[in-house]
Amino acid sequence: MSLFAFLGTLEIGLVYGLVALGVYLTFRVLDFPDLTVDGSFPMGGAVAATAIVAGVNPWLATGLAVLAGAACGLVTAFLAVRCGILHLLASILTMIAAFSINIRIMGRPNMALLGEPTIFTPFDNLGWDQLYVHLGLVFLLVLFSALFVVRLLSSDFGLALRATGVNERMVAAQGGSIGFYTYFGLALSNGFVGFSGALFAQSNSFADVTSGVGTIVVGLAAVILGQTLIPGRRIWVAVTAVIVGSILYRLAVAFALSTGMFGMQASDLNLITAVLVAIALIAPKMKGKVRLKAVTR
Amino acid sequence: MKKLKVISALFAAALVIVSAGAVFAQTYKVAVSQIVEHPALDATRQGLLDGLKAKGYEQGKNLEFTFQTAQGNPAIAVQIAKQFVGEKPDVLVGIATPTAQALAASTRTIPVIFTAVTDPLGAKLVKDLEHPGGNVTGLSDLSPVAQHVDLMQELVSDLQAIGVIYNPGEANAMALVDLLKSAASAKKIQVVEGTALKSADVQSAARIIASKVQVIYAPTDNTVASAIDALVGVANQAKIPVVGGSTSFVENGAVASLGFDYYQVGVQTADYVEAVFQGKKVGEIPVTFAKGSDLFLNQQAADTLGITLSEAMLKRASSIKK
Repeated sequence: MSLFAFLGTLEIGLVYGLVALGVYLTFRVLDFPDLTVDGSFPMGGAVAATAIVAGVNPWLATGLAVLAGAACGLVTAFLAVRCGILHLLASILTMIAAFSINIRIMGRPNMALLGEPTIFTPFDNLGWDQLYVHLGLVFLLVLFSALFVVRLLSSDFGLALRATGVNERMVAAQGGSIGFYTYFGLALSNGFVGFSGALFAQSNSFADVTSGVGTIVVGLAAVILGQTLIPGRRIWVAVTAVIVGSILYRLAVAFALSTGMFGMQASDLNLITAVLVAIALIAPKMKGKVRLKAVTR
Repeated sequence: MKKLKVISALFAAALVIVSAGAVFAQTYKVAVSQIVEHPALDATRQGLLDGLKAKGYEQGKNLEFTFQTAQGNPAIAVQIAKQFVGEKPDVLVGIATPTAQALAASTRTIPVIFTAVTDPLGAKLVKDLEHPGGNVTGLSDLSPVAQHVDLMQELVSDLQAIGVIYNPGEANAMALVDLLKSAASAKKIQVVEGTALKSADVQSAARIIASKVQVIYAPTDNTVASAIDALVGVANQAKIPVVGGSTSFVENGAVASLGFDYYQVGVQTADYVEAVFQGKKVGEIPVTFAKGSDLFLNQQAADTLGITLSEAMLKRASSIKK
């Protein structure tokens, strides 16, 4: 793999690290299987791209994208909490609705940002290599997001949020509102996903409604991959793990893309990616088993 | 010991021969990124490969042809773009809109040739069709939609309503449907839209509109192209003809198609790639529209539906399926 490809892979892994962060918040912390991300990711891109093309400051546009993502989360929470729709279905409803809304937002299915100002533009003109600049800025934004989540979950408020996913009754008994924490958690999670979508669109110069397909799969793979390879109950370990998981997933894709020399063809990509991720998940267990055998002997 | 010496001598000789070969024949590297695999886009790629071969650039000899497909996922298209740019090929080729955008965003220096992009201006791949400027140019596959409407009028007497199935998530398709609407409204023909987000939805979308229209138009939409058999099946049940924007649709049972043979689109793309090989500046090569809209007819399908293909049409056709 060339340096360019490696750095590009790191960058996209970090961008999707925000999706992993969001999925971690819903699946792990809140114990709420949330598929909204397939809609909130492209919505973040759609809102950011539309706002930028309309002349809005790119940072403000990115902020709007976060709010749009959070709004998607609120809709899912409303359907689940207020209307009592099964969590999974509630999120599916938001996800499919978001597809149509995204086309409404952009007025078209694909919006290009080539030549438009983005949050990266001011740094592009400093004379440094664009690749490092993009990677550095994305890294900083992801770092701040991760620090924010660690800080939040460590607080008393975060404790209640985590308790919601573990023992709803206890939270209710302590006078906490399950509904409130669900609303908050889903909004926060999808806010991060919208943020990710906005970064993706600006770094790659286009927003496309189809870019949401499979976001949840990537997010879940990142969370499980990261937490399997970096186990630990501490919050900062878990948050680091899911972001590392996202990068590892992208490295698996990049590796799968370079297997042409082994007689694999282009359409084998998904299969190779799946096999690589499966190996990454199984390998630590195998190691444990081998060790166990040695001990029993 | 002696054996080892012989082997190393042989190895050294082999190295010399190989490196000498490399000096004599320059190898050109072309990297092709395709959004999804379906017959029309695959034909484009094959046409490109064969077109280059006809110009003397042959895979395995003086041409290194790498190819990846994003399997419909724009995030993977971005990763493929990064991978390709890192390999520093001579030319990058993007087949369809998102792959071309991902390539264009990943490099400002390596030439990017797009193909099978319907609306390169809308996709911001180039600022000006005549003078693209940067490192991106290519071939647009904008269908002659107005001619398609004429063709449908010729096929169906007293045409009142055209049905169209497309994926609203596809930039290509949206551009075509807008053109269809304006062309049809000029002739006071109603357009009934049916949308399909996935190829699995094409059949049900076609069922819904089939009873309201006299003909179904199948645009060069990637989703529709993947499920063209299902679309033709529904149309046959409803006893209405399908008219397509890609000539390959006739093979699948459409009564008539007026459009590009995507294989030829690929062959025409080879002209761009060759121009770059010869050192022409990408920014000075104008964007052109794919040439050669051929009329393909399907006599068999017409007979089944009881449609008479006029003598004039049969004369114009470049291929008639019996």
